[in-house]
Amino acid sequence: MLAHAIFFYFFSILAIFSALMVITSRSTVNSVFFLILDFISVGCLFIMVGAEFLGMILLIVYVGAVAVLFLFVVMMLNVAQQKQSWFVGQKSTHIPSGLIVSVLILLELLVVVGGWKYKENIMSSSNLVIDKSMTNTHSIGSVMYTDYILYFQLSGVILLLSMVGAIILTYRKRENVKTQSYLKQISRDKASAVMLKDVEFNKGVKIDD
Amino acid sequence: MIEIGLGHYLTLGAIIFFLGVIGIFLNRKNVIVILMSVELILLSVNINLISFSIFSGDLLGQIFTMLILTVAAAEAAIGLAIIVIFYRNKGSIRVEDIHEMKG
Repeated sequence: MLAHAIFFYFFSILAIFSALMVITSRSTVNSVFFLILDFISVGCLFIMVGAEFLGMILLIVYVGAVAVLFLFVVMMLNVAQQKQSWFVGQKSTHIPSGLIVSVLILLELLVVVGGWKYKENIMSSSNLVIDKSMTNTHSIGSVMYTDYILYFQLSGVILLLSMVGAIILTYRKRENVKTQSYLKQISRDKASAVMLKDVEFNKGVKIDD
Repeated sequence: MIEIGLGHYLTLGAIIFFLGVIGIFLNRKNVIVILMSVELILLSVNINLISFSIFSGDLLGQIFTMLILTVAAAEAAIGLAIIVIFYRNKGSIRVEDIHEMKG
């Protein structure tokens, strides 16, 4: 139990610190690195609390794909040296109201968490009780591919949609680039491609006349 | 203090949510940092769902977390694509330069 507390405080302080650094760091590349650190520490928290599969998925999907995508875009757009700074907008009048609203959101959340009571019969209202005899991955798979198969398929459709959308958004036709035209290639016939000529002896054939 | 319960995880989620919201509201320079703040907010939602799922012994929260992970990945891809084409048209992704819709 002591080890649990020590690791919880270590990883959560690391997560809060790196989340703070994501939004305050001056260089965008540093923000992405701290975002990766944040994902890793929260993934470790998930693994520690007992959701191993989702912790590993968080590490793989977020750190391996999303954060590296952010890094790729940051480096491709050449904004890496564009410093970000706070409170410098010449006519940014919504900073005080934004600050007030965010602090109010935090206070509301903390009040809700602090005054929250565990319901007595919450276990009886659950219909997907975690089976301790199975591993986490096994139990998620046995539920996800049977009862929640529609949601699973729907998330696949969402991924496909985002892939198509990203490709369509960033696709552009370039001028003066030689490309292969399949239609032209397969629509050639013998009459337009081959010409038979009688070639006289000792005289050549003039091409391109 | 030693006994780590649901409240600790919920507080962590609330703090990370707050940092994400404050990153969206107060960031004046870079749109990519706003997208990263949205990722932070989705991460805090995942923390909440998983801690409720574990501490109440219900597996459903973890399934929802999978769906949120999917949506977050899709949102990051589309958002970054929009940023790329905006940069291609405007040559800048500063927040002050994005005022086409006069909002």
